[in-house]
Parts: sequence; structure tokens; C-alpha cells
Amino acid sequence: MQARLTARNGRQNGFLLALPALLWLLFFFILPLAIVLIVSFMTRGTGGSAVLPLTLDHYERVFTVFDGIFVRSVRIAFITMVICLLAGYPLAFFIRTRRNAWVRNMALFMVILPFWTNFLVRTYAWRILLGREGTLNEMLVSAGVIQEPLQLLNTEFAVLVGLTYGFLPFMVLPIYASVERFDFRFVEAARDLGANDWHTFWRVVLPMTMPGVIAGCILVFIPAIGAFVTPDLLGGTRGLMIGNLIQGQFRGTGNMPLGAALSVVMMSVVMLSLIFYIRFSNRER
Amino acid sequence: MANKALSRSIFSPREREQIDAGQLRRGLFWQRIGKGGFFVSALTGYFFLWAPIVLLVAFSFNDSRAVNEWRGFTFQWYENIFNDVVGTEARFSTDLMLNAVKNSLIVSLAATLISTVIGTMVALSLARGRFPGKKYLDGLLFLPVVIPEITQGVSLAMFFVVVFQYIERMTGLNPNFGFSTIIIGHVAFNISYVAIVVRARLAGMNPRLEEAANDLGADGWRTFWHVTFPLILPGVIAGGLLAFTLSLDDYVVTFFNAGVGTTTLPIFVYGLLKTSVTPEINAISTIMLVASTILIGVSLILQGRGVSRT
Repeated sequence: MQARLTARNGRQNGFLLALPALLWLLFFFILPLAIVLIVSFMTRGTGGSAVLPLTLDHYERVFTVFDGIFVRSVRIAFITMVICLLAGYPLAFFIRTRRNAWVRNMALFMVILPFWTNFLVRTYAWRILLGREGTLNEMLVSAGVIQEPLQLLNTEFAVLVGLTYGFLPFMVLPIYASVERFDFRFVEAARDLGANDWHTFWRVVLPMTMPGVIAGCILVFIPAIGAFVTPDLLGGTRGLMIGNLIQGQFRGTGNMPLGAALSVVMMSVVMLSLIFYIRFSNRER
Repeated sequence: MANKALSRSIFSPREREQIDAGQLRRGLFWQRIGKGGFFVSALTGYFFLWAPIVLLVAFSFNDSRAVNEWRGFTFQWYENIFNDVVGTEARFSTDLMLNAVKNSLIVSLAATLISTVIGTMVALSLARGRFPGKKYLDGLLFLPVVIPEITQGVSLAMFFVVVFQYIERMTGLNPNFGFSTIIIGHVAFNISYVAIVVRARLAGMNPRLEEAANDLGADGWRTFWHVTFPLILPGVIAGGLLAFTLSLDDYVVTFFNAGVGTTTLPIFVYGLLKTSVTPEINAISTIMLVASTILIGVSLILQGRGVSRT
């Protein structure tokens, strides 16, 4: 009787305990997203504010004037994702295959630590490296590879490097989580059955670590497409992304409804990739 | 038996026919090459992750304004930032910087306190409670982690604009962006991170301990404070430290929701970073790196200790 009573209390408390978080997220996270959606259909008023009547103009502008920047953002995010995958997968395997537990933990820690240090500072570090008189140019010139310093900063290349740098740990950690659970006896089994390295990898290892790969891709692609600090600090005008465009609409002569429409289109891309992820991970199970 | 099942499911008959001694020998050769390449690619990865940070720290002690050669060790740049100097022409005020540090601490401490309490509560409810819609709450908590920061910042700013207009019309008051708007935004993304860390801790805890306390006659409240809470405390502290670091480092959400006179350290530093590369900025950056590394180090140690003890 006593136990049943506390169990029932626990059930009620369970919901009450969740209530503050639920309300906070509904008011300060979900409701704002709904407001963005509404504002994106409103007309631009004085000083960039939003007024009635409703209109589709902003969406038209997003798809006619700014489609180039959208395509570039998706391209940059996609390439970043692919580079992170190609670099992160071997790295995750490297960490997993260390025999000594201390070495393994250190190897993992060395990936996590830069990830938790200040993002601004880490991005800024690339300004030192990529500048016209920066370390990289200096090294290339003194090695005789190039005569004149290259324009590296304020290019799409710089944005790609910065994003890959910033988001590589997002790829490594989920893949590591998958690889950690992977039973290496499957590799032995495949080899005993005569599979070569290529077959073992493509038919055994990769399919079994696919959930981590998909999670990593999502975790890199989504923040990369919404990036705004990295293109702002490293990209200049040639590396402009949607994030910068959205931010611009909230400054002095901005256009809030246009900014909202840009956000909604970006969110749609994000949501589509999330749905894809959920579908895919369910099928994996 | 497992082998048979594997061979049937994974390899086609043709693939199985390809097995021959020569291939095995070639396999061994490629294995060696593969191992080498594997090492090289992993080391390149680590180099890529660490080289910029090491370089940044090194140049903050370099006795030269240029960032392409090493001229000896100096503390000059650290002295400069405490004496109103950054670069040769950049305007810089140590007072403004220290004020930004103070603002950052106010925001981060408040946001950490609120989000740690709320986040721990929701973690407990998800781990122990059973109520309809739990699955959706789980999904809702997951969203702030995956949605781009800029969307959070922009949407919250629009929300406040609308709410402020409404309040002004209703009451005649004139609320504006300030500390409270920044703190609200920070709590909104911090709750999820705290909940994730505390939940991991709760998952590693033996629920029988709570049952035992119940059987011995402790009520829910006493069980919580005398059994559950001490056991999850490392997780709560780790979650809090994580929230504090995220809040202290946040630029995007703060940028959109800051008001006049609430410049935080990342906002202040961002203005410097955009203009130029100077050794003083390297020095400020190094200090920030060290601070967040210490916080995260403590958080990870607490989490690690929690795991090994259970």
C-alpha cells in the first residue's frame, strides 16, 4: 500500500518536475519560432519592423534575389560535412583501436577539449594562419612553393576550413560512440570467411557503424548551414552565408520580415534533414 | 553457426569464390599500408585540431608584432591589455573590457543557476516519472541542441519585440532588451545540456537505493535529499559547469538579445577580432582559452568520477 502510494505520487511529481522546463521551452523557444513564421508573411514597416497586410513577397525575394547565397550555404555545409566525415571516421577508429585505456581516453579527450574551448577564439586563430602575412603564406613562400602570398582569408576556402575545424568533433564523437559498441569479432569473422579489407569495410564495418555516421553528418550539416560567426570572421563578402544575410536584416536599415522568411527557409532545410535522420535511424534499428 | 549465418548474409557466392591464397598475401600487404595511412590520417586530424590553438598561444608570448616569425618570449601583450593598449591604432579600454567580464559573469551565473535547477528537475522527471507525452518532451529537449543558434537568437529577439510592444500598449511601461533577455535566451539552450548530463548520471544510478529508502519509511522528499541528490550531485555540478561555459562563451544568442550597456565579453572581443590580428588580441584569446579549459576540465573530471564510482 505504502509503495503503491509513493509510486502514484512519483507519477504526479514526475510531470510537475518537468513543468518549468516545459513552460520555459514553450514560451522562449517554440513560441518565438511560431512568431518568426508569422512575421515572415508580414509587410515591411518603418525601420524594418513588421506590419500587416500579409504578403508572400519576402519568400519570392528569398528564391529570386538570394538563391545564390542559399545554394552557396548548402554547398559549403555539404562539403564541410563530407570533409568532416572523411577525416573524422578514421580518427574515431584510431581512438577506438588504442589498446591502453589511458591512451584511449587521452585520444578522445584531445578531440573533445578544443571543441569546448571558445568558438570565437578558435575561429580567430585561423585569421592568424590564413592572413596575407600569415603563418601559412609565410611557410609556403619561404619553402619556394609559391612566389606571391595567396589570398586565403576572405574566401569560400577559408570558410570551409573554419567550419571543418569547428565541427570536426561533432562528427568524431557520434561515430566513436558507434564504433565503441562495434564488436571487432565481426571483422575476424569476415576475414576468416575470406573477405578482403575492402569487402570487410564496405559490407561489415560501415553498415554497422552507420547510425553514428548519420548522426555525425546531421550534427555537422545543421550548424554549418546556420553558421554566421565563421563566414563573418573568415569569409568576407566572397564567403557570405545565409546566417550573415539574416543577421543583416536585424541591423539599422534591415528588414525584419525578410530576415524571418530567410530563417524559415533555412529552418525548412534543417527540418528536412532531421526528418531524413529520424526515418533513417528508425530503419537502422 | 554464427559464421555460417554471416557468410550467407554478407557475401554472395561469387564473392566467396574470390578467396585464394594470392589474395590473402596481397591483403597482408595492403593491411600494412592501410595501417600506416591510418596513423598518418589520425595524426593529421590531431595536428589540424591543435595547431591553430598552439600557434595562437605561442604568438601571444612572441616578442614581435608580426605573426610569422618567433622573436623571443615576452609578457608585453598581457601587460598592454591591462593598460588600455591594443595594437598601434586600435581604440581599446581596459575598463570596458573588465566591465564586459563583469556583465558576462552576471549573465552566466544567473543563467547557470536557473538552468541547472530546471534542467535537473526535468532530468529527474524523465528518468523516474511516468506521464503521457514523455516522448514528446524528450524530443522538445533535443531541439535546442540541434537547431542552429542563429535561429534561436533571431526568433527570441522577434518574440521580445512583439511582447514588448504588447506590454507597452497594455501598461504604458517601456521594457527593453537587457540582462533579463540575454539570461532567458541562455537558459533556453542550457536546460537541454544540463538535462542530458544529469540524465546520464541518473541512468548509471541504482534505483534500488531509492526503493530501499522508501521501504525504510522515508518519504519522497527525504529520499530525494538524503539518497538521490547526493548520488547525482557530481552530475548536477558537471551539468552546471557545462552550462556556465556555454553561457560564458555564447556570442550568437547574446548578440541578438543584448541591450545597451549589457555588452558581454564575447561581444566585446568579437569587435576586436573582426578588425585586426594583434598580439594583444592573442593574449586576450589565450586567457579565454585557459579559463574555459579549466571549467571544462573540472566538469569532465566530475563526470568521470561519477561514472567510475557506480
